[in-house]
Amino acid sequence: MSLVRFYLSNSREVLGLLGQHVLLVLVSTAIAVAIGVPVGILLTRRPSWRRPVLGLANVFQTIPSLALFGFLIPLPLLGGIGARTAIVALVVYALLPIVRNTYTGIVGIDPAIREAGRGMGMTDGELLRLVELPLAASVILAGIRVATVVGVGTATIAAAIGAGGLGVYIFRGVAVVDDRLILAGALPAALLALAADGLLGLVERRFAWR
Amino acid sequence: MTDVLEVRGLGYALPGRGKGEEGRVLVEDVSFTVAAGETLVLLGRSGSGKTTTLKLINRLLEPGGGEVVVAGRSAAAVAPHRLRRGIGYVIQDVGLLPHMTVEQNVGLVPRLEGWAPDRIRERVHELLALVGLAPGQFAGRRPHELSGGQRQRVGVARALAVDPPLLLLDEPFGALDPITRAELQREFKGLEGRLGKAMVFVTHDVREGFQLGTRIGLMQGGRLVFLGTAEEFRRSTHPEVRAFLEAAA
Repeated sequence: MSLVRFYLSNSREVLGLLGQHVLLVLVSTAIAVAIGVPVGILLTRRPSWRRPVLGLANVFQTIPSLALFGFLIPLPLLGGIGARTAIVALVVYALLPIVRNTYTGIVGIDPAIREAGRGMGMTDGELLRLVELPLAASVILAGIRVATVVGVGTATIAAAIGAGGLGVYIFRGVAVVDDRLILAGALPAALLALAADGLLGLVERRFAWR
Repeated sequence: MTDVLEVRGLGYALPGRGKGEEGRVLVEDVSFTVAAGETLVLLGRSGSGKTTTLKLINRLLEPGGGEVVVAGRSAAAVAPHRLRRGIGYVIQDVGLLPHMTVEQNVGLVPRLEGWAPDRIRERVHELLALVGLAPGQFAGRRPHELSGGQRQRVGVARALAVDPPLLLLDEPFGALDPITRAELQREFKGLEGRLGKAMVFVTHDVREGFQLGTRIGLMQGGRLVFLGTAEEFRRSTHPEVRAFLEAAA
């Protein structure tokens, strides 16, 4: 098969792009978790902030990804050409599912369980750490899973602004109208998404109680 | 006998005012004391303010008026979480944390209090034995792997973990089948004598009240309309008391 031959003869480049791709997704998802989970928790404490914050995250989600990459290029600090800009854009996309699932995961806990925790003398922090986060973990992880899978797909477009990744093959293939090249980028990206989905799904099930 | 719990003129109205349920008075001018070794049963229909009264004692709800004194200290003067760690709290059914094992559930308050793991473990096993659960068999199970009766035993063990002088029990046996219920009531009766705690026990079951209560308080429309021994309760002419006695007959 010609695709196999292509990979064998370009193995260094393929692995390099795959590595870049994985790194783009890992870094952006990690940053999105670091921002999104605390924001989601905050929303459960400040219910009046829920609409504006989730609304804003929703609006970000609707910006076409190619346009967002383009918008970011001229910005100082966040923008420019390369991986940094791509990561900023990927974080923006990953935020909504993570914030939303953190919020709904915690709010969805039976109020009686929360009250039992408080009745035993937990402080707000202890309640969060020992009751709310563990019980919401599977829902939060589901949000992270969605963000990761979407991130793997969106990261292919990052090649357009010079951030590398498997999208490089796709753009190159589109430019020279070569199906095999497009497939060389798209196929591993799809497999990567499936692998991330399966792996995180496994972690998620470990945290499902009852 | 010293009073472990003193409740004076307790009142509570739903927050807000005016329309609908807001501002509705749920508890009004409730006063009683409970001494060590004594169980006060709070009896009443649904919505009569029994559960609200319990929650006002451990400040899950903030009293709108009156005073609560626990072990000689005004409850309002202590941080709510500190107050609650000194009060055992047993509730119906959902009280156990579903993601923790029996051992973790029972050892929770000691853990919050920063006990050493060995000491927690020892205490948990002692308590499980006390409530009739073989530690080796049950310590590692999760709540959903227990029967309703076993869950309530764990709930009682957990409330006793740091040996608080006061226990609040909110219909602890309410969700059990009649046979398990009778069994737990008998055992609980035995525990009462051994533990010497002050207890407030909420129920709507008159027989349970007679069996477990040193004294009975009857609530109606947020007020304590009767307070006395089971004997006095039987002789009372208060219409709500008569209604309860007739329903149980």
